[in-house]
Amino acid sequence: MALEVEDLRVHYRTLRGDVRALDGVSFGLADGEIMGLAGESGCGKTTLGKSLIRLDGRMRHVGGRAVLDGGELPIADDKAMNRRRYRDVSIIPQYSMSAMNPTRKIGKLTADLLRAKGESFRELRPELVRRLELVGLSEQVLDNYPIELSGGMKQRMVMVLSTLLDPSLLIADEVTSALDVSNQKAVAETLVRFRELGFVKSMVVVTHDLSLVYQIADSIMIMYAGRIVEKGPADTIINAPRHPYTRALIEALPEVGLEYGDRRLKSIPGKPPQLLNPPTGCRFRDRCELAHDRCIEDPPAVDLAPDHTASCWKVVD
Amino acid sequence: MLELQNVWKSYRVGALGSKKLTAVRDVSFSVSRGEVLSVVGESGSGKSTIGKMVLQLIPPTRGAVRLDGREVTARRHSDRKAYYRRVQGVFQDPFSSYNPIFKADRVFDAVRESFFPGLKRAEWQDKVDRSLTSVGLEPGAVLRKYPHQLSGGQLQRMLIARALLLDIELLVADEIISMLDASTRIDVLNLLGALKERGLGVLFVTHDLSLANYISERVIIMRHGAVVEMGATGKVFGDPRHPYSRNLLASVPQLHRKWSDAATEFEDLEPDGDREADPAPLARVGADHWVAAAA
Repeated sequence: MALEVEDLRVHYRTLRGDVRALDGVSFGLADGEIMGLAGESGCGKTTLGKSLIRLDGRMRHVGGRAVLDGGELPIADDKAMNRRRYRDVSIIPQYSMSAMNPTRKIGKLTADLLRAKGESFRELRPELVRRLELVGLSEQVLDNYPIELSGGMKQRMVMVLSTLLDPSLLIADEVTSALDVSNQKAVAETLVRFRELGFVKSMVVVTHDLSLVYQIADSIMIMYAGRIVEKGPADTIINAPRHPYTRALIEALPEVGLEYGDRRLKSIPGKPPQLLNPPTGCRFRDRCELAHDRCIEDPPAVDLAPDHTASCWKVVD
Repeated sequence: MLELQNVWKSYRVGALGSKKLTAVRDVSFSVSRGEVLSVVGESGSGKSTIGKMVLQLIPPTRGAVRLDGREVTARRHSDRKAYYRRVQGVFQDPFSSYNPIFKADRVFDAVRESFFPGLKRAEWQDKVDRSLTSVGLEPGAVLRKYPHQLSGGQLQRMLIARALLLDIELLVADEIISMLDASTRIDVLNLLGALKERGLGVLFVTHDLSLANYISERVIIMRHGAVVEMGATGKVFGDPRHPYSRNLLASVPQLHRKWSDAATEFEDLEPDGDREADPAPLARVGADHWVAAAA
């Protein structure tokens, strides 16, 4: 098991109290696994990604732990975490298009980055150039400023930079969202290639686009209101989901070939609960068609198959 | 109803406008009442520029935009105002369409000031309530709230309700779904469907082919500022004739089909050439189906 997360709780401090963005999240990630992490805005998927690499000032680690390759990640300790960052855990941030310093040439900023981690740019340069060529960028980009690259090129540049030290775990946060279809496909396929080439061992791909993540992920985990509702192999989640939320989410996706006049898609009524004082029991119950009396108690995580889990009372029976 | 005839648009870019970028090249199409026409293409294909020209936010460089046969490019303020009674737009980011300092329903007040200054308060309120109800919103749930208290889907539908306060005939919807969550985006999309059934024409600009497929009768695929393929949705998506359309369709991530399953090879396309030159002419390949000649 590459990554093992147990009962992770991360809250955001606000003036009105703690917002429970991650409220008891447990899952495992196998060696070489690409896991898609999907859900609506505010479900905690980005928070989960960030927790595994760097908590920002508003975030507080309240409980639970994460173990990477047998060693515990010191989530709450920023200094200790700094030694693991980039080397063991790396991230392609959500706005990676603007992740590069606009006033430095790309070669310079790469050298800065490596020096900060105690690595030599000169030694790593041949490998960097080799990887740039792999994603279709020439050595010349190192002499360019970030502004001189197109969106797709910047995205590929950041991908190569984030994985240069062969991290064990890569978190890719909405890396395809700002791109158009053809670039989306190229970027998604590059992620898979990076794993095949051993640049990264395993990956968490955070996205709101289920159809995209289905293309590349081995497994998919669905989050709702700070908790995991279902996790399983990608094919199972898409073709035979068990949790009512997963089902509703997939039902709401338009596809090429589907027309308004033929079949009307349904949205999920209502909106997710506030996480400042989240309700007890199943958090989806206000929007769930199948909700019943039992749902005011916390649903158990039921193992439906060795690698398929859903948290719902309805799957118990 | 709306008609674009041989429309071109060039922007001045670079320092002191030293370079010229031709964003739209020789585009002609029409939108009729009760129809959703989708304009699809990747970033930089010129699709948003078309929306802006129809909304008169920018003038075309060459060619004509007509509404019911009359040239729309307004000379006077009053002409423009009359035009906006009939044509309105909604844009991509609902959060930046509102001023976060003021309550969200302020967008309605602005319409009242410009277009209905004489209307009594109660009548106006009634009109707003009816418009909100027609887009599937509960007036009590959205009025007198700040933008951050509402969801993206609610804000987007409020903007559509605002457009409907005027008796518009054409709605320009530029990527209005892109920022919304999967669970709410379908509400907005179905609303567009309901509007077209009420007789409104909708110009739907999007990069998402599955959305275009779902909602529109006809579709236009654009590349490098020019139309590469257009026609009935079923024909363009079911039987794409231009290599670019085929590549685009093969790239769309789909739920029940993996990229790796499809054996289709990507076809080579001509690079972005001289944008001043006339684009490849469209040839009719079937009833309501036109394709640009591929080089």
